[in-house]
Amino acid sequence: MATQPSSDLTRRTAAQLAEALRAGEVTSVEVTQAHLDRIAAVDGAVHAFLHVCAEEALATAREVDARRAAGEELHPLAGVPIAVKDVVVTKGLPTTAGSKILEGWVPPYDATLVERLRAAGLPILGKTNMDEFAMGSSTEHSAYGNTHNPWDLDRIPGGSGGGSAAALAAYEAPLAIGTDTGGSIRQPGAVTGTVGVKPTYGGVSRYGLIALASSLDQAGPVTRTVLDSALLHEVIGGHDPRDATSLPEDLPGLVAAARAGQGGDLTGVRVGVVDELNGEGYQPGVRARFEESLELLRGAGAEVVHVSCPHFGHALAAYYLILPSEASSNLAKFDGMRFGLRVEPTEGTVTAERVMAATRGQGFGDEVKRRIILGTYALSAGYYDAYYGSAQKVRTLIQQDFAAAFEQADVLVSPTAPTTAFKLGEKLDDPLAMYLNDVATIPANLAGVPGMSLPNGLSDDGLPVGFQILAPARADDRLYRVGAALETLLEREWGGPLLNRAPELATEGTTR
Amino acid sequence: MSTISREEVARLAGLARIDLTESELTRLAGELDVIVDSVAKVSEIATDDVAATSHPLPLTNVFRADVPEEPLPVADALAGAPSAEGGRFAVPQILEED
Repeated sequence: MATQPSSDLTRRTAAQLAEALRAGEVTSVEVTQAHLDRIAAVDGAVHAFLHVCAEEALATAREVDARRAAGEELHPLAGVPIAVKDVVVTKGLPTTAGSKILEGWVPPYDATLVERLRAAGLPILGKTNMDEFAMGSSTEHSAYGNTHNPWDLDRIPGGSGGGSAAALAAYEAPLAIGTDTGGSIRQPGAVTGTVGVKPTYGGVSRYGLIALASSLDQAGPVTRTVLDSALLHEVIGGHDPRDATSLPEDLPGLVAAARAGQGGDLTGVRVGVVDELNGEGYQPGVRARFEESLELLRGAGAEVVHVSCPHFGHALAAYYLILPSEASSNLAKFDGMRFGLRVEPTEGTVTAERVMAATRGQGFGDEVKRRIILGTYALSAGYYDAYYGSAQKVRTLIQQDFAAAFEQADVLVSPTAPTTAFKLGEKLDDPLAMYLNDVATIPANLAGVPGMSLPNGLSDDGLPVGFQILAPARADDRLYRVGAALETLLEREWGGPLLNRAPELATEGTTR
Repeated sequence: MSTISREEVARLAGLARIDLTESELTRLAGELDVIVDSVAKVSEIATDDVAATSHPLPLTNVFRADVPEEPLPVADALAGAPSAEGGRFAVPQILEED
């Protein structure tokens, strides 16, 4: 009997890899090398990674294998490799957040979630591409080139975390980390046929995330299955004294909820369809898949009700006041003094202020400049109350909408994104059209509630569609129960995962 | 016509400490209307009787245990700096001199 070809290892879920490692069927070195080989073969075309750290990953894998061989009790995911979005700082590994201003910067410390990955023994494969400082919905605002959607290389992988989602869809990694400020985990998940979860705000530490908008940012899992997200969520979640906004209580039972959901029974669960997040502007194929998924949920015993969230129509406007305001403040630290790029002006006296302006003028891309200027305007004297203050009031109204809706339903659902993946370059010159991608995902960030996207079929254009589930704050387990149930029912219909229908990518350096 | 003038954009760029080229100033002036539209939109419902939410899940009195920790070693903190000298960040002159 021949040994497993390495391509098979890259097709397995993280849960399957964990089981094979535990059973001694494969080693972490074999699993990690298989993914590094896959990256070498396809990432020239996909460009999901900004940096691949083969040596470090294999060193971690060897260590895990040795400890397992010595009979040590290890974390269930020990030895399963992972990719990390480049907005998360990693000690000793370059971190750019997709910006030229941080080109070549190597952080001197780990984000808390990275510490937890390392403690659990997950080899880090590399850092994934993203819109510069997570500002975008297509990864086209990266200073290091586009990431391509594995379903169609001429299309966007979503954003800002297009690199993490594309790495999963291209079988370059079994797990990845994303961050979600307005949908940057969920929307890339939807357009690449993968799973992404934005936990409850404060559920995963923000310490060591390069902040975009601190009151909205949240890190979470990017995976191919709901169970894998739950497994990863339990590794990175939990209280962190280094983050003052970190929830003091643990949110356990996520993996148990996913396993319970896999039974496919949702008897007694009330599912609320948000009427404001489905209708005009949503592609017909997206709406059709959504209706079919609701039918599956009904068949599983769920009670589907309709809820109204009348203020969601104002969420996008509030977001585009709050995000630039907080970003303009957070990005003030890029001053050319302590890390990253320093540019000296070519004429006049070289003062700190002029160095800062020259550095930022050269180091920031167009979208970052645009949002900093917007934020500076919204926060400037005389405008603060009318702009940032009014937007904060909208947050209150959106929270009230959620509270009323969760009186009637245990979870809320909608399509994750209004359309499937668009062509690279198609919306680059139309910021407003780009922003509309996030219309269904932004309310969760404004209210701090958790959300998940999972693939629920292909649209008329043959591209993947995402189904969004939202739960009350701290009830992340509900996402996993309902998500796993729907995934099970869908895969029963499809005869396997949706990603099986993605076209095979041409590989470099191997004969087929 | 855009509501925010090119001169206003130049003033904001100064406040934000970003050197913008002439063409960037012109382009940005045309793109900032989104904020005026956003303000108009939120003002429809952000009435006086609505409280503001600054933090999605409010926590109060967040303290860490009063336990000393090892700080980041100076060499590590300076390793990524564009310029360092004598265990400190080296920066250009702060004040403009005549």
